[in-house]
Amino acid sequence: MRISVYRYNPDTDKKPRMQDYEVKTFQGMMLRDVLLEVKKQDESFSFRHSCGEGVCGSDAVNANGRNVLACVTPISELKSPILVRPLPGRPVIRDLVVDMSQFYEQYRAVKPYLVRHDPAPEQEILQSPEERDKLDGLYECILCGCCSTACPSFWWNPEKFHGPAALLQAWRFLADSRDQATEERLDALEGPYKLFRCHSIMNCVEVCPKGLNPTRAIGHIKELMLDKGL
Amino acid sequence: MSLPTRHFDALIIGAGGAGLNAALQLASADLRVAVVSKVFPTRSHTVAAQGGVNAALANVLPDSWHWHMFDTVKGSDYLGDQDAIEFMCREAIPTVYELEHAGVPFSRLDDGKIYQRAFGGQSQNFGGDQAARTCAAADRTGHAILHTLYQQNIRARTHFFDEFFALDLVRDAEGVVCGALVLEIETGEPLLIESKATLLATGGCGQVFRTTSNAHINTGDGMAMALRAGVPLMDMEFFQFHPTGIAGKGMLITEGTRGEGGYLINKNGERFMERYAPRAKDLASRDVVSRAIVTEVKEGRGCGEHGDHVMLKLDHLGESVVSKRLPGIRESSKIFAGVDPVVEPIPVFPTAHYAMGGIPTDRFGRVAMPAGQGSEEVVVGLYAAGECACASVHGANRLGGNSLLDILVFGRLAGKDIIDFVRENPYQRGTDSASLDQAMARLTRWDQQGEGIPVAQMRADFRKCMEDHAGVFRTEEVMQEGFERLCELRERMPEVRLADHSKVFNTARIEALELENMMDVGLSIAVSALHRQESRGAHSRPDYPDRDDQAWLKHSLYSKDGDRMDYKPVRTKPLTVESFPPKERVY
Repeated sequence: MRISVYRYNPDTDKKPRMQDYEVKTFQGMMLRDVLLEVKKQDESFSFRHSCGEGVCGSDAVNANGRNVLACVTPISELKSPILVRPLPGRPVIRDLVVDMSQFYEQYRAVKPYLVRHDPAPEQEILQSPEERDKLDGLYECILCGCCSTACPSFWWNPEKFHGPAALLQAWRFLADSRDQATEERLDALEGPYKLFRCHSIMNCVEVCPKGLNPTRAIGHIKELMLDKGL
Repeated sequence: MSLPTRHFDALIIGAGGAGLNAALQLASADLRVAVVSKVFPTRSHTVAAQGGVNAALANVLPDSWHWHMFDTVKGSDYLGDQDAIEFMCREAIPTVYELEHAGVPFSRLDDGKIYQRAFGGQSQNFGGDQAARTCAAADRTGHAILHTLYQQNIRARTHFFDEFFALDLVRDAEGVVCGALVLEIETGEPLLIESKATLLATGGCGQVFRTTSNAHINTGDGMAMALRAGVPLMDMEFFQFHPTGIAGKGMLITEGTRGEGGYLINKNGERFMERYAPRAKDLASRDVVSRAIVTEVKEGRGCGEHGDHVMLKLDHLGESVVSKRLPGIRESSKIFAGVDPVVEPIPVFPTAHYAMGGIPTDRFGRVAMPAGQGSEEVVVGLYAAGECACASVHGANRLGGNSLLDILVFGRLAGKDIIDFVRENPYQRGTDSASLDQAMARLTRWDQQGEGIPVAQMRADFRKCMEDHAGVFRTEEVMQEGFERLCELRERMPEVRLADHSKVFNTARIEALELENMMDVGLSIAVSALHRQESRGAHSRPDYPDRDDQAWLKHSLYSKDGDRMDYKPVRTKPLTVESFPPKERVY
C-alpha cells in the first residue's frame, strides 16, 4: 500500500513536502501501525503516539482531509492513497507534530477543575446516579484536539475563542452537581468570542473519535446563560 | 557554553498519578514544584487504567482495611512488606475521598455513594466471601483520576515542563542528588533543573516485552536512572502478565469484566477456572488466572484457528450492564478484536502488564539503599513513587485495583514528606561538574555519525529476547540462554547509531535514549529471575514449582555494576496489627 505523508523538518527543509512510502499491510492494521512502519523505514519521520488504544489522545492527525486518532482508525476505512497531514490550523513543529500550546491554553482558561466553597465532608460528596449520568459524554474527552483543530471559528480566533474541547469541559463542570462556581463560570464566558463564536458548524461532533458532542454542550451553556439572564 | 538552569524546591519526573498527586501536595503547600514529563501530562499511562482503585469504603458489601490488608499480603504471595501494606490499606480510604472531593467523576450507587465492584483476590473477613472493594468511574477510572489530578494542578499553579525528557540525575560534590539534566524535545536543547528534592515517578517498563498492555512511553526511564545512580532495583523478577489482553494485540480488557460477572471459557465452552480456583473461580489472583489460561492453551484447549487463546464471555450480562459499566471495553473490543461483547465473547491471552518491583523505598517514598550487614539507609533528597518504585506493597503479585491505589497513596505521601524535607534542607546544592558531564555524555553519545546498528533493529531484537526468555515460562535453561543473549545485545549497544541527528522534535533520538533505559531494566528482570530458584506469585518456574519460604522469603536487589544480586529480608511485622504468617495460597 502507498501512503503519502507530510514532511517538514525546520533544521533541514526550506519548505514542507509530501513524501510517499510503500507499506506492507495486515489484517486489522490501524493508521498508527502504518505510521510506525514508515518510522521504521525512515527514522527521521516524527509523530506523536503512545497508548495505541485511543485513550491517551497523542496521535491525532489529518488523514484524507479528516481529523482522526491514528491508533483507532483502521486503514480499511480510508481511501487509498492515504494522505496524512498534521492537524490543520496549528503551527507545524516538525512533520506531523504540531504546536498545541494555544489549544491547552484555552483548556486551562475555562478553569477545568471542580470548585467547592463548602468545607469537605468526611466521606464522599453524595451524587445521585441521575446527577452523575449528566457527566457521561463530557468527562471522557482525551484532549486529542481533533475537534478544535477542525473548527473554523477556532482557526480564525484561536486566541479568543475557547474552542469545542475547552467548552465541553466548561460544561462538564457546570453540569456537575458538586460544583459551586456556576455564576463565576458563566460570567467568565460572557462576551462575543469565548463562547459565542461557536456557530454550530458541528465539525467537532463529526470528527470526535470518542463520539462526544461539544456542540450540544455549548448549546446547554447558552441555555443556562439565558436562564440566568431572565 | 553555559547551560540554561532552573531552580525549584522539588523536581518531579513523570506526570502520571504518582507524580501529579505529589505535585499537588507540594504546590498546595506553596512550594515551587516542577513536573517534567516526556509527554503532555494527560497522555501519561495512568490514563489507561480501567477497572478502578481499591479502598475499603464498604459502600456495597461489608469491608475493612484489615481485610484489604490480608488480601494484599496473600496476593503478594507473602513477599510484600506488611508495614507498608497496612499503611496503604488504611490510607486508601481518605485518599479516595480526597480524590472524590477533587472532582473525580466516580460512578454512583442509588444512595449517592461511590460505586464499588468486585475484583480478583478480594475477600471479606480474611479469606471469606467475595468483597466489592474497587471504586470505579465506569471502566475509565485511570482517565478520570489523571485528568482530575492534572486539573487540580492547574488550579495549584504547578510548573509543568511538558515534552521534556529526563536524561539523568545530577549530584553535588558530596554525591547528593540535586536535580536532573533534561532535554527539551521540541528544541533538542538540554536544560539543568536543580532542586532540593527529586521524585522519580516515571511509571512502568512494559515495553521491554514485545506484547504488552503498556504504552510506547513505558520504557522504565526512572528505574534506569536509579540504576545508573548506583541504586539497586528490587524484586524485578516479578512481572505481572495480565490474564486478559486482546489476543495477539495485547490491549487490556479490565478485570472489571470478570468483576461484573464475565467469565473465561476454553474451546469446549468449559468455564475452566472452576478447576483451578474452585472458590474464587474467575476472580482468583492474576498470576493464578494467567497460568490457567496458558495451561489451557498448552494442553490443546485453546480457541481459534491456532488454538492460541481463550474466550472472555460477557454476553450473558446484558446490553445495559455492558454499556453502563464497561463502555470503554465494548468500544475497544469492537475496534481491535472486531467483536461486540454484548453478542459474542472476546478472544484473550495474557499480556505483559505491570512491574511489581522497582526502586526500593520506605513507606514515605524515600529511596532506601543497602548499607551493608542487612541495614539500609535513605538516599538524601531522592524519592520514588508509583510503578517505578517498590515500597513493597505488591510483593510477588499485585492485586487488581491496587496499582492506582499505590500511585495515589505513595505519590501523596512522598509529596508530604518532601515538604518536610525541604523545610529542613532549605538551601540548594550545586551540581558537580563531573556529574553533569556524565549526564551530558548520555546525550552526546548519540551524536556519533556513521554506519551502525539501527535503533529500531536493536529494540526489536531486545524485546523479542525478553519475551522469549523472561516471559511466562522460566526454566533455568531458557533464562540462562536469554541472559547470555541479552549480554551480547548489551555489548553491541555502542555500535548502535542514529541516522537522524537533527535537533527539532527528534523522536528517533528519544527512542535511542529509551532503548538504553530498557536494556538496563530488561537485564535487571532477567538476572533477578535467573537467580530466584522457586515459584512465587508471578515468577513461575517449572524446574522449581514450589514456593520456598526457607530459602527465598526475601527481596532481591539487582545492581547494574557487575549484574550483582543482593538480598534483604521481607518486613513481616505490620505497624499496629498481628503479622500474617505465610500460608499455602489457594483461591
